[in-house]
Amino acid sequence: MTILSLSKALNEGMRKAMEDDPKVLIMGEDVGKLGGVFRVTDGLQKDFGEDRVIDTPLAESGIIGTAIGLALRGYRPVCEIQFDGFVFPAADQIITQLAKMPMRSLGAIKLPVVVRIPCGGGIGAVEHHSESPEAHFTHTAGLRVVACSNPADAYTMIQQAIRSDDPVVFFEPKRRYWEKADIDTSSTDWWTPLHAAKVVRPGADATLLAYGPMVKTCLEAAAAAEDDGRSLEVVDLRSLNPLDEAVVMESVRRTGRVVVVHEAPVYNGFGAELAARVTEQCFYHLEAPVLRVGGFSTPYPPSKLEEHYLPDLDRVLDAVDRAFGF
Amino acid sequence: MTVEASRGARDEAPPELVQLLTPEGERVEHPDYDLDLTPEEIRSLYRDLVLVRRIDLEAVALQRQGELGIWASLLGQEAAQIGSGRALTDSDMAFPTYREHGVAWCRDVDPVKLLGLFRGVNHGGWDPKEHNFHLYTIVIGSQTLHAVGYAMGIQRDDATAATIVYFGDGATSQGDVNESFIWASVFNAPVVFFCQNNQWAISEPLEKQTRIPLYRRASGFGFPGIRVDGNDVFACLAVTRKALEAARTGQGPTLIEAFTYRMGAHTTTDDPTRYRVASELEAWKLKDPIERVKAYLFKNELADQAFFDSVDKEADQLGADLRRRCLAMPDPEPLDIFDHVYREPHALIDQERAQFAGYLEGFEK
Repeated sequence: MTILSLSKALNEGMRKAMEDDPKVLIMGEDVGKLGGVFRVTDGLQKDFGEDRVIDTPLAESGIIGTAIGLALRGYRPVCEIQFDGFVFPAADQIITQLAKMPMRSLGAIKLPVVVRIPCGGGIGAVEHHSESPEAHFTHTAGLRVVACSNPADAYTMIQQAIRSDDPVVFFEPKRRYWEKADIDTSSTDWWTPLHAAKVVRPGADATLLAYGPMVKTCLEAAAAAEDDGRSLEVVDLRSLNPLDEAVVMESVRRTGRVVVVHEAPVYNGFGAELAARVTEQCFYHLEAPVLRVGGFSTPYPPSKLEEHYLPDLDRVLDAVDRAFGF
Repeated sequence: MTVEASRGARDEAPPELVQLLTPEGERVEHPDYDLDLTPEEIRSLYRDLVLVRRIDLEAVALQRQGELGIWASLLGQEAAQIGSGRALTDSDMAFPTYREHGVAWCRDVDPVKLLGLFRGVNHGGWDPKEHNFHLYTIVIGSQTLHAVGYAMGIQRDDATAATIVYFGDGATSQGDVNESFIWASVFNAPVVFFCQNNQWAISEPLEKQTRIPLYRRASGFGFPGIRVDGNDVFACLAVTRKALEAARTGQGPTLIEAFTYRMGAHTTTDDPTRYRVASELEAWKLKDPIERVKAYLFKNELADQAFFDSVDKEADQLGADLRRRCLAMPDPEPLDIFDHVYREPHALIDQERAQFAGYLEGFEK
């Protein structure tokens, strides 16, 4: 067992993937000597060379566009987008090319490209550095979209994403980069499939559905709710596209109450999809409407206000109270 | 200022245009571009030009008759495409826009496969690896980055090959094209940028894209640019061959600006009479890429009337065959919608396919 932070777990996962497959490349701005602005790629260029850990010019569309070309040549590029808000210059390449090209070829070509995006707020950054753009990508057919929430998942999920023959958008909760856990990097037999959701805390009275940075917040809320005599189940979705409906619906049928928690704006957010699907499939099991907690329909605020924007333990518990009030 | 006047101002110092065959069919020499073709090779180039023009004309006719939803004609650009396409070796990789029917011909893509996209039966439909000819790309300029990335892969494979990427004058305004120039230059990637400057981006003239001749853009990015007579198949072949060889031997990228003219509409939905004058078209008719090769062959007694007749007959047969096979192209099945979206199993796709299949079955009962 090794104690690793989430960022170091990603680093070790990528290192393992590069050792296992010489076609795996890392590319992005500052990923080489600097090791990325969050140091997630620290030391990889030193060990694998500049041809495999490629410091690119400063242009996100160029990173994804050339990664597509490298993938067409048989490589497996792992692209780093420095911050969530900077993925938009690359959105055209991701949405119109990366996602669609395999289908356009009637399956003749594959594009095993991973787009790593440090996402979400909570680190006191300036604008465009704290956003949650997942709904843009879950709405795009042809992409797989996953979000890790803890070091152990980070280690395995990044390797699974790299091995996938489909393009994967990989969200990393940047405010959790420094959180640590004990990971058994020598074992692989305990790997959960990339697209499986996990019940990370069992409970009986209500289900909290979350992913990425909000999983920890929900676990804290569930611990606090226990003091009030409420047993909350927490499900870490892990994969947003495809969604592991079996785990989600099984939980909802047992508890009868659902609160969805994410950082992105609630309006048209991923929680809307969850609410619709849960309602459609579990209508007669529900004791209350599916409630959502998330960001407001505003741009992400200046950092002095972000504590009000981001869902915290109290806002989650407030929604739980409302769910029990029906 | 009129269009002509503004063009004149821009070309105060006319750039050298590499030309090996004049519009009158006279062979001229160029100090940097030697080309030694056998009579058989010249006849073969002529045949290519005639046949791809016929493919194009047949496709336009099919669109007019409602068999294709839309078509992007290459009329006038045959020499640029055949000249550059015939410069490629089997191991080179080509990245087209949606107008490179002539390059597709050079890469042995069955012409009927080009129609699938425009008939609406698929979004592409050929295997790019089988022909080393990538899928048509609709979003302007996106493919330039794919070509550079592919070239970076060639470098990592230590292979002797190059990529060529096609785009138009309008695409040079796109961010992706400029990013691809930067990437190619910084990584010294083995890529040839082949810009077919056909003077018009739908209704927008070249003046709306640039204030300098496009080939000069390259110098700002740190690699050579060259302007070639895009209606001269010899010059396009010679210039592209040299640029590809430079790329394959580690000398990095080249930008080729093939100076040509789109004789037809942008696509069949366009109406160029709204935005350009007839005299411009008439002037370019005199530079026709096919007529000058024909004149050269005639003057030099490298082909007789029987040869030209046989090529015309072959074109007729090709056109008829294309028409027959276009009409025979089956419509896709409803459940094909779900195919190839992902390579690995995807629960949501499986669920929606099953639901839709059940819905469709309801009509059969």
